[in-house]
Amino acid sequence: MPRPGFVHEVDRSTPPVLFWRGENFSLEKLPAGRSRVIYPPEPLKALDDIDGAIVHALLNPHGQDPLPAQLFPGMKLTIAFDDVSLPLPKMRTPDIRQRVMEAVLDMAAQAGVDDVHIIAALGLHRRMHEYELRHALGDRIFDAFHPRGMLYQHDAEDHENLAVIGTTDHGETLEINKRAADSDLIVYVNINSVPMDGGWKSITTGLASYKCLSHHHTGETLQNTKSLMGHRKHSALHTSIWRLGMVLRDQGPKVFQIESTLNTDMFPAPFDFINKREWEWTAKDRATYLGTTTALNRMPTRMARKMFHNIEAPHQMTSVQAGDTELVHEITLEHVYRQQLVPVEGQTDILTLGIPYVCPYNPDGIMNPILVMCMGLGYLFNMYRNKPLVREGGVIIMTHPTYREFHPVHHPSYIDFFEQVLPDTTDPVVMGQKWEKQYAEDEWYRHLYRTGNAYHGVHPFYAWYWGAHGQQHAGKVIIVGGDAPTVRRLGFTPASTMDDAFEIATDVVGRAPTITHLHVPALLVADVS
Amino acid sequence: MSDKSRVSAVTMRRAGKVVDAIGAPLQAVMKPTRNLGFPYRAPTVPRGVEVPKEPAKLGADFDTRWARKAPARAARTVIARGPLQLMVKIIADPEVLGTDRLSDLIELGDDAPPVIFAPNHHSHVDTPIMVTSVPEPWRSKLVVAAAADYFFDTKVKGTAAALALNALPIDREVTGRKSSDLIRDLVEDGWSLVIYPEGGRSPDGWGQEFKGGAAYLSNRTGAPVIPVFIDGSGAIFGKGMKRPKPGSTRVVFGAPLHPIEGESTRRFNARIEAAVAALGDEALTDYWTARKNAAAKTSPKLTGPSYSGWRRQWALSEQRKLGAAGMRRRQKRRWPDLG
Repeated sequence: MPRPGFVHEVDRSTPPVLFWRGENFSLEKLPAGRSRVIYPPEPLKALDDIDGAIVHALLNPHGQDPLPAQLFPGMKLTIAFDDVSLPLPKMRTPDIRQRVMEAVLDMAAQAGVDDVHIIAALGLHRRMHEYELRHALGDRIFDAFHPRGMLYQHDAEDHENLAVIGTTDHGETLEINKRAADSDLIVYVNINSVPMDGGWKSITTGLASYKCLSHHHTGETLQNTKSLMGHRKHSALHTSIWRLGMVLRDQGPKVFQIESTLNTDMFPAPFDFINKREWEWTAKDRATYLGTTTALNRMPTRMARKMFHNIEAPHQMTSVQAGDTELVHEITLEHVYRQQLVPVEGQTDILTLGIPYVCPYNPDGIMNPILVMCMGLGYLFNMYRNKPLVREGGVIIMTHPTYREFHPVHHPSYIDFFEQVLPDTTDPVVMGQKWEKQYAEDEWYRHLYRTGNAYHGVHPFYAWYWGAHGQQHAGKVIIVGGDAPTVRRLGFTPASTMDDAFEIATDVVGRAPTITHLHVPALLVADVS
Repeated sequence: MSDKSRVSAVTMRRAGKVVDAIGAPLQAVMKPTRNLGFPYRAPTVPRGVEVPKEPAKLGADFDTRWARKAPARAARTVIARGPLQLMVKIIADPEVLGTDRLSDLIELGDDAPPVIFAPNHHSHVDTPIMVTSVPEPWRSKLVVAAAADYFFDTKVKGTAAALALNALPIDREVTGRKSSDLIRDLVEDGWSLVIYPEGGRSPDGWGQEFKGGAAYLSNRTGAPVIPVFIDGSGAIFGKGMKRPKPGSTRVVFGAPLHPIEGESTRRFNARIEAAVAALGDEALTDYWTARKNAAAKTSPKLTGPSYSGWRRQWALSEQRKLGAAGMRRRQKRRWPDLG
């Protein structure tokens, strides 16, 4: 029976706590008596018969007829799936998407459906490399569909292949992939890693155009998104997306949503010590930690990055449900919270976060400074329900080397964003008004997005907006161990050590602040009362 | 007398003393038995009488228990991972696909249940291919059902097959009670089995109808059947070929098949054959085409077209062009291409 998550009050006997530092780790001693560490629940047991559970979900959907009853010869079937941004780290093969899709294709073959298109719903993310498609879908599906042009990636800039479905009463236009819009049925294959994902967000962002996304991916909307991982009504982003979802439901093609959840078994041996509570480390774990950090300190960053991105996580499916998007998503959220929710009493003055080597926007790439901000303030800060872990005006301390390094193929517009936009302003609203259009309509970025493996030109803005609420909420953000000029460019304060960071924070939170550390991995959502 | 000859004489004298010292007590011990004679000693054979040789336990009676004991297993591991693997790589260069379909069982590691692998059979190379392609945890505890009348007709062949491949003698035509009891016991002990449901190598390059051995054994033991399609081995060392012609092969593993409650062996056998045929289709076309054909029950039969004569051979050469063997080393057309 996996143990639930818990809040550990740090005392003098508590060992130093593990922090990510990009492609490395450190152990930090937190002050006794006023610090606490939130440990995630242990990974839930995976489903015993995953393929059986998938077939059962397809034959017993929520609020819809079984999938085989919705398939008929001569129909247009479009299968869309979540892109490489999920799950993190990539999972061991076979990926869940492959398993689900093979079950769907089996039923389509039984029904005599010939016209099947498979589309990677990547929104404005980068196109997946062939090896990534093969990893997610398996060689069988790739070899059968890709050479015939029946497996491809969504292009949010291909205006001839986009179709307007309708407009919300707030004037938001829903424009999605034309093939999907013209289909008799869209089957969406989702992986829900965090509560923010899934539901109507899958199609209305994954298959949408820039025009459609620009309604809600703004500085103002994200500043007003007070709970990205919690109740939808507190998220301006999700409220807008759900309005678009209603348009899709009423005026668009029929959608058969398949959502799945994963347990948080994120690192295989020998890195399994990362998932453990420090006082439970065995002699082997301690030796592995020492060996790993010593090796990583001497290793070129490039090699360390390669090593970490090659990790395949042993996480596995804990639930799968299919049918009507809203009904399915509610069940999915229950499963996500069952795995990730940790009750926490009260807010804190200082929130400490270890920033890892990866976030949803740099699989097999570089965690550049903008993504450090996005991961810290956009994702980890937002891992709460009800209210943030840190009080308004409190301090957020992150640990990451924050090197000034960018992946030239994946993140070309991030480089210019860092050199041109950030020196001018770090305010999401101001940069949106002043700079966003120029980046979004840049022909070169558009070309790289459409034909290469680059994120869309506007994507660094979206990554920055993601942290807008955290940026607005925190009184100060400190990065420990980061490149000082780079950290200052982000609008944050650099510190050499954790003790220095606590000292710097006293200006804002006084001499004896309370401290909370969010222990990642694994993923957790703090239910703050 | 020279110094050299004196040393030699001394050596000889000492050696003689040693022989006397050992020989005298030995003779003393042997003397009583020499006097005792038969039945304490072997009988003498009268002149003009020929003693018939004791019948060797060959064929289905060949005893292979020793081959599953620790020393033989250790030797086999060395053979399989060394010379056998190298030989298979050089001769057949197999591309192994579809093991992800077994991932749920593989994840169980040593707790994975024993299974029955049921591949099509075109060549003597098939068994070495299977022995080196089956994934762990089954590879190290695998027995191969081999034709008793072919592999176990002499002691040398039988010993070699049992040692190198862990072969088990099985009657081709009928799975006798003795064989099936043995296999049941082996499965209960955690051994997995490779059995060729066709009963023997293909005589003309096309497959043969499946006999019910795999289905029967699965029903009897409860072990799931893993359908396997081996493509290209017939062109490498098919029946009738004098020596192997190196080429490439493709091994496709399918999803495990379990006997359904109340399902007859005949129906289960048909399911296994259909699964192997669908894998064959997948190996030669692609996954989606194969699934559609399987759903429409139009997967190309393993046994080939129903017509006979040259058209059957012609169709085979067309099929081989699509397969793994054709991709790397094109088969020569037997007739000119008339357009």
